[in-house]
Amino acid sequence: MQIIVNGKAVEAADGITVAQLLVEQKVQTPEYVSVELNGEILDRQDFATTVVAAGDQIEFLYFMGGGAR
Amino acid sequence: MEEIERYSRQIILKEVGGKGQEKLLASRVLIVGAGGLGSPASMYLAAAGVGTIGLIDGDIVDLTNLQRQIVHSTADIGTPKVQSAAEKLRAINPAVQVHTYEERVTAGNILDIIKDYDFVIDGTDNFPAKFLINDACYFAGKPFSHAGILRFDGQLFTVLPGRTACYRCLFGGPPPANAVPSCAQAGVLGGVAGVIGSLQATETLKYLLGVGELLTDRMLVFDALGMHFREVGFRRNRRCPLCGEKPTITELRDEEQPVCDWRGTQV
Repeated sequence: MQIIVNGKAVEAADGITVAQLLVEQKVQTPEYVSVELNGEILDRQDFATTVVAAGDQIEFLYFMGGGAR
Repeated sequence: MEEIERYSRQIILKEVGGKGQEKLLASRVLIVGAGGLGSPASMYLAAAGVGTIGLIDGDIVDLTNLQRQIVHSTADIGTPKVQSAAEKLRAINPAVQVHTYEERVTAGNILDIIKDYDFVIDGTDNFPAKFLINDACYFAGKPFSHAGILRFDGQLFTVLPGRTACYRCLFGGPPPANAVPSCAQAGVLGGVAGVIGSLQATETLKYLLGVGELLTDRMLVFDALGMHFREVGFRRNRRCPLCGEKPTITELRDEEQPVCDWRGTQV
């Protein structure tokens, strides 16, 4: 099935969970990435049980510091 | 009149005009961090005639700052950043009142400082400060511009507390300190700070003038290597620990971990 990850179309296996997708997309430290599914921020504890459906839009939002020093 | 001539290129914009210029001259903006983001942000706001600019930063200028912190010069090395920046802003526009606070923001001082300002720019370099600014602006009802930069990337969004999504709606709380490499290790391209800091100044001017659409409930993500801007939309989070339905953060506190910046592998 096709889903949209950070604006790009990606092929993913049917029934894949958000947690599995983080691994598949090689997100190194998924415990510090926020995930938005179709416009809603997901609870971290739901990553493993939330199943992604065809056409879903997923955003990985990264912590980004920097600025002053 | 010199003042009209100075601002003529923006007064000519129908969204600004003489009335808008008067609004800017009567406005007060606090910039937290006189560094990579605070440099371009403060310089554009001073040039535009924002009447009062507050600068808060406890650091002194060092050689490694100069690659991106364009408000500081080689001769300023060893000088407090707020003093160095204030001199430049006054040189750009003597009509601007610059207030300096040579300290770091803490849960103990921030509310007393931001109460005097209309808008806050987060140009800090660490997560505890970013969450502290988010929380303080929520409790004080102050709009602010959040931003972060790292390597070739930057991101920003604007928060109208209680009305639009806040930093905690997206990220909850800071990442653990031991998960995070230092600023010095990660690096950042100077121009990226310039882009994002200039966008923060632009958002501030739009807010003060009351024109256009603010960057609220959406984050602008800049990728300099691909030279792309992306926009990620979101909504307020009902489970936000600060502004959600059952808040667990009900008073200001300092987050503990003193980190610089962190991110995962880019997708």
